[in-house]
Amino acid sequence: MTPQRFVEAEPTSEVMALQMGPSHPASHGTVKFNLRLDGETIIDVDVEIGYLHRGFEKMCEQGTWNHVFPYADRLNYASPLLNNVGFALAVEKLAGLTAPERAQYIRVIGGEISRITDHLTCLGMAANELGAISAGFYMLEAREFLYDLVEAICGARLTVTYCRLGGVMTDLPADMTERTRVALKHVRDILGDCDRLLSRNRIFVDRMVGIGKLPSADAVSWGLTGPLLRATGVPYDVRKAEPYLVYDRMDFEIPTGTTGDNYDRFMVRFAEMEQSMRIIDQALAQLPPGPILADDPRFVLPPKEQVYTTIEGLMNHFKLVMEGQKVPAGEVYVATEGGNGELGFYLVSDGSGRPYRVRVRPPCFYGMAALGDMLRGHMIADIITTFGQINMIGGECDH
Amino acid sequence: MRGQAVADLERTLMRDALAALRDHPDVRLEMLSDLTAVDYLGRVPRFEVVYQLYSIARNHRLRVKVAVPEEDPVVSSVSSLWKSAIWAERETWDMFGIRFTGHPDLRRILMYPEFEGYPLRKDYPLLRRQPLVAERDPLERPWFPRP
Repeated sequence: MTPQRFVEAEPTSEVMALQMGPSHPASHGTVKFNLRLDGETIIDVDVEIGYLHRGFEKMCEQGTWNHVFPYADRLNYASPLLNNVGFALAVEKLAGLTAPERAQYIRVIGGEISRITDHLTCLGMAANELGAISAGFYMLEAREFLYDLVEAICGARLTVTYCRLGGVMTDLPADMTERTRVALKHVRDILGDCDRLLSRNRIFVDRMVGIGKLPSADAVSWGLTGPLLRATGVPYDVRKAEPYLVYDRMDFEIPTGTTGDNYDRFMVRFAEMEQSMRIIDQALAQLPPGPILADDPRFVLPPKEQVYTTIEGLMNHFKLVMEGQKVPAGEVYVATEGGNGELGFYLVSDGSGRPYRVRVRPPCFYGMAALGDMLRGHMIADIITTFGQINMIGGECDH
Repeated sequence: MRGQAVADLERTLMRDALAALRDHPDVRLEMLSDLTAVDYLGRVPRFEVVYQLYSIARNHRLRVKVAVPEEDPVVSSVSSLWKSAIWAERETWDMFGIRFTGHPDLRRILMYPEFEGYPLRKDYPLLRRQPLVAERDPLERPWFPRP
């Protein structure tokens, strides 16, 4: 199979070339599909991305390691905390730094909240685009409860910049357990409603089942990860395969599908939200007391009291801010489980205070690469559901 | 390197070696997680193409690096081994100007066709402006490459 070459059209049928996008009302995200159609059937599709390219990797090379955290938020803006955590873990691996236990638990809690918001965005939009507008808005309502939690944790809903090298910015609010209990109860109620509205809904099922199928061997070859791969039946989840943070202490399952079609992708994401809520409950129950930042003046800013009252603190602060953290020279690839799959950071340091190279492996980039394979032979309306289930996030896919 | 397995491969041998790594029953690196390049400006050879391989069956990773000289930035494509390389190699071509021989469709992917230079090279200035691009006439310059 050569993906960009065209299948020869039937000699009798007229092939229509159609461009869909880059800004199409039925597709969220700026992306263009160059289609070749036989009637409404897709003969071939060339997916054109890059409309949201902001030079993430080039920008990262300009500042210090700390300057990357705000950029990392804006990669996948449906789950900014997961990107934050992924980048922090990669730099910490490179620096040989470990966050204190409490910070690790906090990262797990924040990350899993973000995973649910990511899935809710994806599924809500998927429902919305198929005409199930109520279910779509129910999911957005559920997302609001979670955004309130994110706001309580770090003061921002979307642009969190919450992680630091060696820990997190602030501690959880004192009533976090209670807030979470209330929020998750709302979310569970709403998800129950959505399940009843969608999972056995005739129209919804007809539009999703058997569409965008990809066998598991192809999915692996295309580099698909996350819900897209698990929907084909491969139980690969970085949290289980290479447990990071405190995921090895959590009891959770990896939902998998069987056929790898859009319906399975939908159901895998749906089931994953329940698993994420289980993780949040367990992490809050186990949450140990203690510091939230590592005690390492090479990488961690001193507390403000020291900066303003002692010369050592002031100098330490000045050096870290002006010169950056001197992460030892070397390179590292660290994979974490993002909302859409394996979110990898490949970092190269030359020992100065600035990153030499920051490479992000965006999971949905590889999903979009496989989109042509998923769509060939389907109808033009199936683009919407399949594209929706890949959950392309422009900021991440286009760097 | 930091507890991670890294292998340096010769440019001439690397495609056969990667095929062996994918297919050998003890290694089975069946997924190419990521492919990118690093520009070590001032070093000889200047570029390094980096392959992040992962085995789902064996749950291990390997990073393979291939040095590429500046005068002849060409590597064999691995897109026939892993489909994920199709777009990843396009991106590496787009950002670093490293060509992949045997790639079915090596076009720019994030940038537009008229873009000049390779933005992630270290000698590409951050604030360089690009010339304006004339409007494309869809009949004269179709979006699709004609078969």
